[in-house]
Amino acid sequence: MHLLEILSWLILALPLAAFAVQMAVGARLPRYGDFISIGAISLSLVFCLLVFFRVIVLEYSPDYVFAVSYPWFSGGSIEFRWGFYIDNVTAFMLVVVGVVSTLVHIYSVGYMHGEENYHRFFAYLGLFSFSMFLLVLCDNLFTLYIAWELVGVSSYLLIGFYYTKHSAANACIKAFLTTRVGDVFMFLGILLLVLYTGQLAYHDVFNAVAHGEISGTVLTIAIVCLFGGAVGKSAQFPLHVWLPDAMEGPTPVSALIHAATMVAAGVYMVGRMFPMFSQSAEAMLVIAYIGLITAFFAATIAITQNDIKRVLAYSTISQLGYMVTALGVGAYTAGLYHLMTHAFFKALLFLCSGSVIHAAHTQDMREMGGLRKKMPITFATMLIGTLAIAGVPFFSGFGSKDAIMAGALAFGSEHGAHMTIFIGLFVAAGMTAFYMFRLIFMTFYGESRNQHSYDHAHESPASMTVPLLILAVLSIAGGFGLYGGLWFNHLVVPPALQEAAHAAAEHGGEHGGAHGEAWIHYGAMGLSIFVAALGIFLSWVVYGVKWISAEKTAAAIRPIYQLSFNKYYVDEFYQKIVIAFVLWIRKVLAAFDRIVIDGIVNLTAPLMRGGATFSGGFDHYVVDGVLNLGALIVQAAGSVSVMLQNGVIQSYILKAAIAAAVILVVHQYIQFWL
Amino acid sequence: MESQTHLLTWMTFFPLIGAVLVLITPSRAKTFIKQLAFVFTLPSLALGVQMLRLYDPAAGLQFVERVSWISYFNIEYYIGADGLSVPMLFLTVLLCPICILASWGINDRVKGYFALFLLLETGMLGVFSALDFFLFYVFWELMLLPMYFLIGIWGGPRREYAAIKFFLYTLFGSVFLLIAMIVIYLNTGGSFDLVALREQIASSPLGSAARVQWWLFLGMYVAFAIKIPAFPFHTWLPDAHVEAPTAISVILAGILLKMGTYGILRIAYPLFPEMAQQFALFIAIIALINIVYGALCAMAQTDLKKLVAYSSISHMGYVMLGMAALTPEGMNGAVLQMFNHGTITAMLFLLVGVIYDRAHHRNIDGFGGLAKNLPIYSGFTCLAFFASLGLPGLSGFISEALVFLGAFPVFMVITIIGLSGIVITAAYILWTYQRVFLGPLNEKYAELPDCSIREQVMLYPLAFIVILLGVFPHLILQIFQPTMMQLIEIVTKG
Repeated sequence: MHLLEILSWLILALPLAAFAVQMAVGARLPRYGDFISIGAISLSLVFCLLVFFRVIVLEYSPDYVFAVSYPWFSGGSIEFRWGFYIDNVTAFMLVVVGVVSTLVHIYSVGYMHGEENYHRFFAYLGLFSFSMFLLVLCDNLFTLYIAWELVGVSSYLLIGFYYTKHSAANACIKAFLTTRVGDVFMFLGILLLVLYTGQLAYHDVFNAVAHGEISGTVLTIAIVCLFGGAVGKSAQFPLHVWLPDAMEGPTPVSALIHAATMVAAGVYMVGRMFPMFSQSAEAMLVIAYIGLITAFFAATIAITQNDIKRVLAYSTISQLGYMVTALGVGAYTAGLYHLMTHAFFKALLFLCSGSVIHAAHTQDMREMGGLRKKMPITFATMLIGTLAIAGVPFFSGFGSKDAIMAGALAFGSEHGAHMTIFIGLFVAAGMTAFYMFRLIFMTFYGESRNQHSYDHAHESPASMTVPLLILAVLSIAGGFGLYGGLWFNHLVVPPALQEAAHAAAEHGGEHGGAHGEAWIHYGAMGLSIFVAALGIFLSWVVYGVKWISAEKTAAAIRPIYQLSFNKYYVDEFYQKIVIAFVLWIRKVLAAFDRIVIDGIVNLTAPLMRGGATFSGGFDHYVVDGVLNLGALIVQAAGSVSVMLQNGVIQSYILKAAIAAAVILVVHQYIQFWL
Repeated sequence: MESQTHLLTWMTFFPLIGAVLVLITPSRAKTFIKQLAFVFTLPSLALGVQMLRLYDPAAGLQFVERVSWISYFNIEYYIGADGLSVPMLFLTVLLCPICILASWGINDRVKGYFALFLLLETGMLGVFSALDFFLFYVFWELMLLPMYFLIGIWGGPRREYAAIKFFLYTLFGSVFLLIAMIVIYLNTGGSFDLVALREQIASSPLGSAARVQWWLFLGMYVAFAIKIPAFPFHTWLPDAHVEAPTAISVILAGILLKMGTYGILRIAYPLFPEMAQQFALFIAIIALINIVYGALCAMAQTDLKKLVAYSSISHMGYVMLGMAALTPEGMNGAVLQMFNHGTITAMLFLLVGVIYDRAHHRNIDGFGGLAKNLPIYSGFTCLAFFASLGLPGLSGFISEALVFLGAFPVFMVITIIGLSGIVITAAYILWTYQRVFLGPLNEKYAELPDCSIREQVMLYPLAFIVILLGVFPHLILQIFQPTMMQLIEIVTKG
């Protein structure tokens, strides 16, 4: 067995085993078995790092691929297999998932301390990690779909962890159903690909696509359908509504789901499928614009929210939009790079917000203020995360966001009509800096607005602050990927170099990194810095020194403010139109079933009654007669056994019956042994 | 290959011996009767396991026994098992002991109940093993009577209405089956041999009489569609389920419904292959209605048992869609779905029974927050619900995925619309789970006891199978795959 094969097995098996153990006996273990989960995930992380080391360092090559697959079952004409597909992207994604999962596990020890069903929480985390690793490692569409759904169900369980709360119970079902709508499209995409290519394994499908077995409009439809899965999981417009509500889950879950893993799954999938996706310029354009819409609108919503976790949730949606746009315009490396940097700084921000919530006992930023003196570590690390997401130089977000902007600018300069994409991202970047610093100012600066909670605020325990510090380091260090040794560009090279990179280059592609034209690169960089600075400055003006009153501004642009504050009423649209329609149609159909269909059945009753009068006579004399005869016989038999009626006889019969049964079965077996 | 060990015969009739023994036991010995009944379902289960071990998928019809029965009419006692019947037989012998355990709470007319139940098991096993059309029909009817009494006597408040509705509906269908059987018998020079009939029909005047074939196929379809139950013949099912005792609901949904699709695959398809193709689109449309309409109706239910009943209608739609497609994935998916639905829905009905025994009602909105004090129960329910909504890793997913994969190339539009069933199913199932188990605990039920050992013994084997077949579907797929491929060949060549 190849080393990578063994490692992959272990990476998958450990969290799954932890899940099983925790579900089975977790409640009875000392410390509710949290050390088992943490041990398992830490080992998985070590193995992830080993894979990374082996693939990226020891055997580095831009198009490194290790693939192994095992037969699973035959559907008749399709052979279902499962296996591992490890290339550079897999290796880096494994590390991202491993690191974040491990940190969240450790962080949860402090955050979830003393919670009811503590062991169950760790069990769900294990299931989640397993599903996520499977999603990253798998080598075919069918397994991808399986992992995809398993990720969905574990997030359902985690979001609904506080299931006794109505809001949590609602949030988990909303998350599952919304993402499942996307999943159905994804499944449809898989059906189309299988129909045309007859293949499931990534490699075979890509080859088939490259050979034109599926092309043109059908390919575009298949890709857009597959992308539908990403729209659901990565919370892209219009299926983004579940993510803000998913904040009902415990904060470590928000960090896990909303940072590196679940929401990044969609982006990862698009990256994984890039050799195929890039074959359809139309589909790529759809992807780019969906990403843009998401990035832009989510940013405008984040500006007006007051719940600290909701601000972060909308900022996540917005950043995911950036990644998707990047992939859509062909800036493949930039998109995946942003996935990694975002994973670290957003996990950091969420865990910081958890630390704040833990201390202040509220999620409403209007109730906070001045916390920086009370919790210096949390403040410092959160500031680092904020600088990273705002795109300030020397922090990780700067490099990746800049690369995306450069990609969009390159795309726009080639296709003039699509300069909109760049402009949209540019404005959104300014808004990002603005709302993130709004969060910092409202939470950590100024006077405390709720003295009671301020008095009780305190720095969090080490199990919570240590992960913060590690993530803070990663949020800075992650940035050296592009302008440090430029290693990320070498690490994640557009896949299937021959055809795919060709196609990508043809429509604007890979200008994100060092290969881009100079003016695009430096132009984008300059504009990025400018817009980030502008956003931070405005935020300082409004929320820091308060030269401009936020309330008065909001009142002046009331309609727009309302629109943003109410999230463009997308939730209301679903509630009032889509869900209301389904609820109405089910009632209509149920009534139809009861009144019309069953009504017709019952109408036949009078007809039957006529017949029944006749058959009644028959029944009385013939059938009953026979039955009575039977009863008589039984009675006779019964009276025989009455004589034998005592406990001994009963158990005797039982034993005899068992004996007969045993003899018979043994007889059957012996027949075949002889 | 004639069986020397009479495995199928023993398996089929052992419960009948039990029924007789139950009958001669005095009715006061209630517990003893229950034990006796339970014990007498076990040999069949053991033989079922043995059957699974011995069955050679490549060898076609096995465990054949054939003796003349009523020679004047050329009626034979002709039984055997191929890949289609083996999973169904196993499902039957598996569910019956579980159902006896689920019936432990029956304390009224115990003797009659368990005797009838064992008789029912014999009838069901007979249906799945009969290879003589007449024998098939006898078992088909034999099964009907105990079912009627079990619902009509031991059922809920509206039991008589439900039982009569069930009885008349099925009888109505049986008439068509009987007519078809007689017409075929008369036209083939007096043959009931289901194995040979296909060629006998082809070489008889019937073989070229397309119109007659059309009517015969339609007749059989109606007979079997009622059992499935296919729209618009489905309304007996919710009523029967709501009134039937738990164990009978399990049998009804777990096994009886499968007889509809089994009958189509065993009799209607091979006997009239051309009609199978002609009717394919029609069956696919009905399947789609079952899937979507059944799911939406399920969503509208307030009675937990009715909801599960409608979900059965919806899930049987997948079976029909798969078999209408006549593709390898479709057919395999259909049979797999028959088996998987048998185990999953059995779990669901058992679970409904467990809560009904405690709370004495089944109103979905009347619970709330049960997950808090019933962890084992809610765990089982969670598993069964997720299996039912087709979660990967559990058995239902594989069969649904296969059905969609198989149907998509043939009925593209129908499959696309049918996919919406996935979302609707998830919606009503999770919504139900939320209303019953999540949210604040309903104080009325703060003291409910969790699953007893007996109840766990019923549920664990099914849960195990649901997970096992979700991960290793080939364990059962490989049994019926060759048979299904053969059937496809017969039908598409015809």
